[in-house]
Amino acid sequence: MGRYLLRRLLQLIPVFIGTTFLIYWLVWSVPGDPFAGKCGERACPDAYVNMMTEKFKLNENIFVQYGNYMQNLFQGDFGTTFGGRPIGDIIATSYPNTLKLAVVALAIEALIGLTAGVLTGLRRNGFLDNLVLVSTLFLIALPVFVIGFVLQWVLGVQWGIVKPTVSNEMRISELIVPGFVLGSASMAYIARVSRTSIAENRRADYVRTAIAKGLPMRRVVGVHLLRNSLIPVVTLLGTDLGALMGGAIVTEGIFGINGIGRQVFRAIVTKESATVVSIVVVLVLVYLLMNLLVDLLYAALDPRIRYE
Amino acid sequence: MRVSKRATGAVALGAAFALVASGCSGSDSDGGDAGASTDGAITIEGTQPENPLVPSNTTETGGGKIIDWMWTGLVEYPNDGGAPRNALAESIETTDSKVYKIKIKENTKFHDGTPVKAKNFVDAWNWGAYSPNGAQNGSFFADIDGFTDVHTEDPDGAEGPQKAPEPTAKEMKGLKVLDDWSFEVTLAAPTAVFPTKLGYSTFMPLPDAFFTQKPEEFGRKPIGNGPVKFVSWEDDVMIKLTRFDDYQLRDKMKIKDVNVKIYQDDTAAYNDLLSGNIDFMQQVPVSSLAGDKWKTDLGERAISSTTPSTGIIAFPIYDKRFQNAKLRKAISLSINRQEISDKIFFGNRKPADSWANPLTPGAAPGNCTSCQFNPEEAKRLLAEAGGFSGKLTLAYNADASHKEWMEAVAQQIKTNLQIDAVAEGVPTFAVFRQNINAHKMTGMYRAGWQQDYPDVENWVNPLYVTGGSSNDGLYSNKEVDRLAKEASSAPSLEASHAKFAEAVKLIDQDVPSVPIYFGGQQSGHSEKIKKLELTNVGELDITSVEL
Repeated sequence: MGRYLLRRLLQLIPVFIGTTFLIYWLVWSVPGDPFAGKCGERACPDAYVNMMTEKFKLNENIFVQYGNYMQNLFQGDFGTTFGGRPIGDIIATSYPNTLKLAVVALAIEALIGLTAGVLTGLRRNGFLDNLVLVSTLFLIALPVFVIGFVLQWVLGVQWGIVKPTVSNEMRISELIVPGFVLGSASMAYIARVSRTSIAENRRADYVRTAIAKGLPMRRVVGVHLLRNSLIPVVTLLGTDLGALMGGAIVTEGIFGINGIGRQVFRAIVTKESATVVSIVVVLVLVYLLMNLLVDLLYAALDPRIRYE
Repeated sequence: MRVSKRATGAVALGAAFALVASGCSGSDSDGGDAGASTDGAITIEGTQPENPLVPSNTTETGGGKIIDWMWTGLVEYPNDGGAPRNALAESIETTDSKVYKIKIKENTKFHDGTPVKAKNFVDAWNWGAYSPNGAQNGSFFADIDGFTDVHTEDPDGAEGPQKAPEPTAKEMKGLKVLDDWSFEVTLAAPTAVFPTKLGYSTFMPLPDAFFTQKPEEFGRKPIGNGPVKFVSWEDDVMIKLTRFDDYQLRDKMKIKDVNVKIYQDDTAAYNDLLSGNIDFMQQVPVSSLAGDKWKTDLGERAISSTTPSTGIIAFPIYDKRFQNAKLRKAISLSINRQEISDKIFFGNRKPADSWANPLTPGAAPGNCTSCQFNPEEAKRLLAEAGGFSGKLTLAYNADASHKEWMEAVAQQIKTNLQIDAVAEGVPTFAVFRQNINAHKMTGMYRAGWQQDYPDVENWVNPLYVTGGSSNDGLYSNKEVDRLAKEASSAPSLEASHAKFAEAVKLIDQDVPSVPIYFGGQQSGHSEKIKKLELTNVGELDITSVEL
């Protein structure tokens, strides 16, 4: 187990270097001079362009630029934006917001998705099953921004029961609607996956044995059935945290949340490689660690899986 | 001109009308008592400033607004768009439009309590002009004698390997402090419009504290001399301003606090406006304009105004295919501007019929003869010009809402002239401007102009004079150059405007670009605000706000 963990952690290093370089290179190759559009419908003075080019060493080739960036990164310095803001500050203020939103979304989708999945998996083809089938189809078919705008308009503006945008304090109660919007598609998938998984295992031999032994139904479902059916759902949930954080840009925009989405968007448009890479690097780490966590959870859920 | 940096790209900025919000005489029965109002606070919509707030280094609207509120310049532009008047200046005297003696009002204060002296202007201007400081608006000081000594050009452009030589001086020899409250400005050539320019944010004074720290540090906690002072700035969240109690000039605040809430998405801000969470939004989202939805939503709180800006489609005159004036005129005549105004902009932007926006002092309405819609004449001129072969592209930046009207224009050219015209989106403004700056456009392209300062000069010299800062199509007519030069150096503004009118007549013959629409702005405010005015460029005049 320990060796497995070590091996997995060591694997993070090449993945880390590879992804950062790839992202740096991608942003670097976005066409457009970062200072061409800065001064509106007239060209910026050469003096300004020269000063900025010099300051950010943009006339060097990509390898030198990337090398400089990595060197500073290992000294804990993320660099600054073209506007002179330390990127470390941006990460420190925007990451907690996005993480909070993603966790709320994850909690909502796990709660509603799993409940719906278990209930419908146990009683297939009933009214509830059909209802969930139709409503999940609806959620999957609608793009996130449609759900977001509609809920914001109806709940926030028409009925006035929530504020249309999230305040700076990011209270959990304010995040329920944005969290629901962000997690809506995944919620539908989780409901469907857990339904199928439960329905399948419902007819498995060990469940029949457990029932035949005379175990109470609650124990059959709660321990034997659920635990074995959870593996695909846990995979989905674990990898979803990274996806939710990376995919929060639309939701953040609609509800005015100061998260990483707008920072990445702004940085891509203005060609600030350092900002994009710094933010995405942390996102990559979240993905990698969540994946590791999911793999470890498998072993806990299913005794047949052992890591050496 | 300042450029809007909102990601989703609302375009129009500015308005030239003083507007009094509906139904609001000062003494409202339900308006609360005066005491509550003078200590009142408003929250308004804004965008994150791109750079630290230094006046001569700010060219976008997010930071520009804050700077306009926090500083008072030598002159101010009245909200009704009229001629500029003295603000901080006691007098600006000249006999030859070349040497100006500027006297400022004594004992006004910066927000840190230090007095605003003549040297604060001189030092600030020298800093902005000195090229190693790299101020984005550095070229605005080019009128002043000695500018070329402190601001050196890169011999092969910013792209080339050579570096700009070190300037030979740090201060412009045309600036001279006479005593604490007066200074003398000598220009390189007579310029009648110079006093008008002094209200533009680049010419604001800077306190001594600016010169003892890094500009970035100053810009994070700026110190101005205007009616409101800086309190705090939380990035991407909020900028807080409050009344400066020692302010002594005309436009004092009638309320206390102004909070600028920073939005990324204008629809989010709009929904906050509708549910009363913010009190003012300068431009409602494009999506709310269809079918006048915004007017239904806001009722009497909807403010429609015009702005001194013009949407233009420019010709790359460096391209051989566009060097025939008859062809250019034919294209311009084939566009039905009224239809575009009605169908695409729902009447919110008016069809352009003059070269300079008519809200500008010195500009005449209706002087663009090629702005009429006359398909027969257009066809005749096209035939005389020998037709147009190949594809005619009309480029626009696709990161703001230009697609609809550019496509409509292309369709009209296609229908009326049988030219294969297509509108082509360029992904970002940066890529778009890069090609324009490098003179690499292969077809017509979208341009736009909003005046920096209210004078017709700002609509001719930068756009249509050889070497003008925004003459990107490289239009050049010696006669226009001569007249514009005479106009700029005329002894009085009246004489200057008369000469510019002559120059515009020649421009009208040459059709170097195609004006399409005059800017319009659609703003909204909350029920809390009982009275407000917009400035000449459509920003909220925070000193006019009453609750």
